[in-house]
Amino acid sequence: MSISSIQEIVGVPRIRKVLGKSLRVFPAVFACLFLWSCEGRSTAEEASMDGILIMGNSGEPKGLDPHIVSGVLESNVIRSLFEGLVEAHPSKDGVALPGVATKWYAVNPKQPDEWVFELRKDAQWSDGKPLTAQDFIFSFRRLLTPALASDYSFMLYYVKDAEFYHKSQRSYLLSRNDANFTKEWWASLKEVDFGPDEQAKEGSFNFIGLDKLNVSQLQRLLKEPDLFKWPDNVSPEIRRDLMMKNLNYEKSNRGKIGKEELKDLWELIDFGASAPDEHTLRVKLNSPIPFLPEITKHYTWYPVPKHAVLKHGKIGDRFTDWTKPDNLVCNGAFILKSWKFNDHIEVTRNPLYWDKENVGINGVRFLPITNLYTEDRMYYDEQMHVTYTIASELIEYSRKNYPEHVRSELYLGTYFIRTNVANKPFTDPRVRLAFSLSLNQKSLIDNVLKGGQKPAAGLVPPFGDYPASDVVTFNPELARKLLAEAGYPGGKGLPDIEFLTTDKESSKMTAEALQAMWKEHLGATIKIKQMEWTSYITAMFDKDYDLAAGGWIGDYMDPLTFLDMWMKDAGNNRTGWHNEEFEKILGEAAQTGDPTERYALLAKAEALFLDERPILPVYWYTRNYLLHPDVKGWNPLLLDNHPYKFLRLEPGSGGKKD
Amino acid sequence: MLRFLIGRLFQGMLVLLALYTITFFLAKAMPGEPFTSEKNVSAETKANIRKLYGLDQPLWKQYFVYPKNIITEGSFGISTSKGRPVGDIILQSFPNSLLLGLCSLAFAIGIGVPIGVLSAVRKNSWVDWTCMAIAMIGICVPSFTIGPLLQIYAAAHIPGLKVAGWGNLQDVLLPSFTLGLVSAAYLARLTRGGILEVLSQDFVRTAHAKGVSPTKVILKHTLRGGLLPAVAYLGPAFAALISGSFIVETIFQVPGMGQHFVNAATSRDEFLLLGLSLFFGFLIVVMNLLADLLTGLLDPRVRLTGGTE
Repeated sequence: MSISSIQEIVGVPRIRKVLGKSLRVFPAVFACLFLWSCEGRSTAEEASMDGILIMGNSGEPKGLDPHIVSGVLESNVIRSLFEGLVEAHPSKDGVALPGVATKWYAVNPKQPDEWVFELRKDAQWSDGKPLTAQDFIFSFRRLLTPALASDYSFMLYYVKDAEFYHKSQRSYLLSRNDANFTKEWWASLKEVDFGPDEQAKEGSFNFIGLDKLNVSQLQRLLKEPDLFKWPDNVSPEIRRDLMMKNLNYEKSNRGKIGKEELKDLWELIDFGASAPDEHTLRVKLNSPIPFLPEITKHYTWYPVPKHAVLKHGKIGDRFTDWTKPDNLVCNGAFILKSWKFNDHIEVTRNPLYWDKENVGINGVRFLPITNLYTEDRMYYDEQMHVTYTIASELIEYSRKNYPEHVRSELYLGTYFIRTNVANKPFTDPRVRLAFSLSLNQKSLIDNVLKGGQKPAAGLVPPFGDYPASDVVTFNPELARKLLAEAGYPGGKGLPDIEFLTTDKESSKMTAEALQAMWKEHLGATIKIKQMEWTSYITAMFDKDYDLAAGGWIGDYMDPLTFLDMWMKDAGNNRTGWHNEEFEKILGEAAQTGDPTERYALLAKAEALFLDERPILPVYWYTRNYLLHPDVKGWNPLLLDNHPYKFLRLEPGSGGKKD
Repeated sequence: MLRFLIGRLFQGMLVLLALYTITFFLAKAMPGEPFTSEKNVSAETKANIRKLYGLDQPLWKQYFVYPKNIITEGSFGISTSKGRPVGDIILQSFPNSLLLGLCSLAFAIGIGVPIGVLSAVRKNSWVDWTCMAIAMIGICVPSFTIGPLLQIYAAAHIPGLKVAGWGNLQDVLLPSFTLGLVSAAYLARLTRGGILEVLSQDFVRTAHAKGVSPTKVILKHTLRGGLLPAVAYLGPAFAALISGSFIVETIFQVPGMGQHFVNAATSRDEFLLLGLSLFFGFLIVVMNLLADLLTGLLDPRVRLTGGTE
């Protein structure tokens, strides 16, 4: 607007005139807007008629490359575009339906450490190219390629030799293939960290890791052996041998000596996955895994189109254009129709999908709505079919006004509080137990959370045939007794305790409720420390806390996803707790093929863990969300991964309350 | 004039350099790193990903590499949290913010300036008090209150208006009104003050004495000078409006640029943070320059010479 026109408008005597005019203009403007908008049907109604499901997806995906992303919201989109070996069942947890594979079996059902997947002969990509077992091998290799730096590579560590390749364990692989390198030699190397050691001085050879040194660095190391610190018990002979092995291997890089890049180790491993023919995939595992088909439902196990990926870059290139809307080739029930950054992603029917006759909807539109309240208001305004969640403040309002729409379902996840077992008073298991027994879980759920959560009676949420634990209870008398035994009767003598939590309002409310319970039942005074998300994670990682709020959502349907994180070196332990017996039992379970026996062992490990209670289980998560009655075939699932192809939309099944 | 321009451009470069330096070191001082996550990420993977983003280099090298890449490749780096180039994010989101900003500016000027003039002319009457009370409310009530109120009471009842979303032309109305309201309130107060000051000057009294009609006095003699404070405010305000707002964007689900500022900081996405800060700094520098030029046009007493007066 130019200045002269402002002067035109603001002439004082004209103001009344202008106002009068605008009063007449406004209805006209709104009439126009109304005409623009639509025929009076809501967005959701229209979408139902078009067979398009509109879903809240809580944020903008980092990408659609199954090997790069690691979040739930990305997974929601990727699951519509790609299909794995097996497909999730629309209503039964832990049941696998045919996906790319038509048949799958363990070679030896008693010892399921080798699996065969028979792929459908007519499997094809959305560009018409055939999808073969080679695509799977390529995908596995890509996910494990070190340069790709995928967050989720460990999902393939079950496969034989996958971990060695992904971690580039050069020294080990070279020595393993050398008959002269004896077992005794290896035993002496137990303490050596060949990989990057984050505790070492930045830039030092230990920090980089012996396995990651390039030719020039190795040559320097041979001249100055002190640059890499070895434990004392490693003989100079072995040291030299290992350095020479590494150097010779890198030198064999066809004369490209001095080049910074390291040689790929693929040729050194005996990779577990193989393709005996175009339509057969064979997977050898490190240990028996009776639930392998469940794991393959995870998108890290999905195939990516070798030809399309390589068209836009090399196998280890992280940032290529192959997932851009025009380039994306996929194999699922849907293909990518449009992707407007931060606005929406829409997928539409894949005309080449093998089961296209049975796909019930024409497409899905994913909305990256970050604001929970906006999402709920949009839902009330009939702008979408499914919300990602319900803001806790709006759960009651929704239950009252939209009773048919509110879904409250158990989710495979546990909220718990980590204790730092290196800090007093939590060095004493009795104190940890006392802090756990004094939590009135039910009161917290009923009065603070109000989301229908379940009091956690153990670490692993109840599911399937797993014998769920019931040892975590509310018992303030026993708690007081244990605390007194530990030397803090009535909370006297307890050091300052800080409870670390995130900066969300809901985290604060939970923390305050727990604080009050510890005060009431134990006489313990706890300080609450709120930190913004990344700082909170960092503090937990650095074990800079006494008590810390935490939680875990299962990656797949097995207790192991909740148990193996408490092993000594697991990245998410963060409590400092570890126990040899616990790890021994988990090790036994890993070698057990029989599902019932295996579950019994895992339950034993859980019981041991809960006796020690390095974490205080509080509640099992529920997922609360709003679902439009037009959507049919949407059933409660513990992992909440609803296969889209089984959904249907029936317009007019009931919408607005008024 | 040319000397003025060159001087100001040079100043602008210095401002951007300072901005870059401060943002860079502040970003580095934040606890955690972009790849801090709950996932069980091995040391090997972390080392690889740091290498991928060049974060394994010494700090001083990183400090020089970023501007070098901007100048030589036009690249602002790749966002660690969004997985796409920062330039791409700015390109995709800025047009939406620009549209939103322009509309809210129209609201701000269209509401603020007339109210300010009206208040000034009817000084100390109920009109004045009402207008200024409304303006005060506009300044004080935050957009995270006004936005949801509009969603609940306007969008849900007026056909054609949606609670949130971005796609149709009318979707811009509520967010731009919410965003423009605060600026409108400021503008009203600034305009009122500016006009009152001019009204008390001799030449206005002279005009009145000479029998010039009140309308003409306001239009011809007062407005030009009276708008000066408002124009000075509009430069940076415009830059702020078109670079987006975290609150309005998340409330109304607008794919604009403002939310990335906040998200970049919380996710330790330093490349995005640097790119956005530099872009925003650039906008401020340019808008301030334009505001100065406009002031020169409005007020012949302001001579545009050199960088310093």
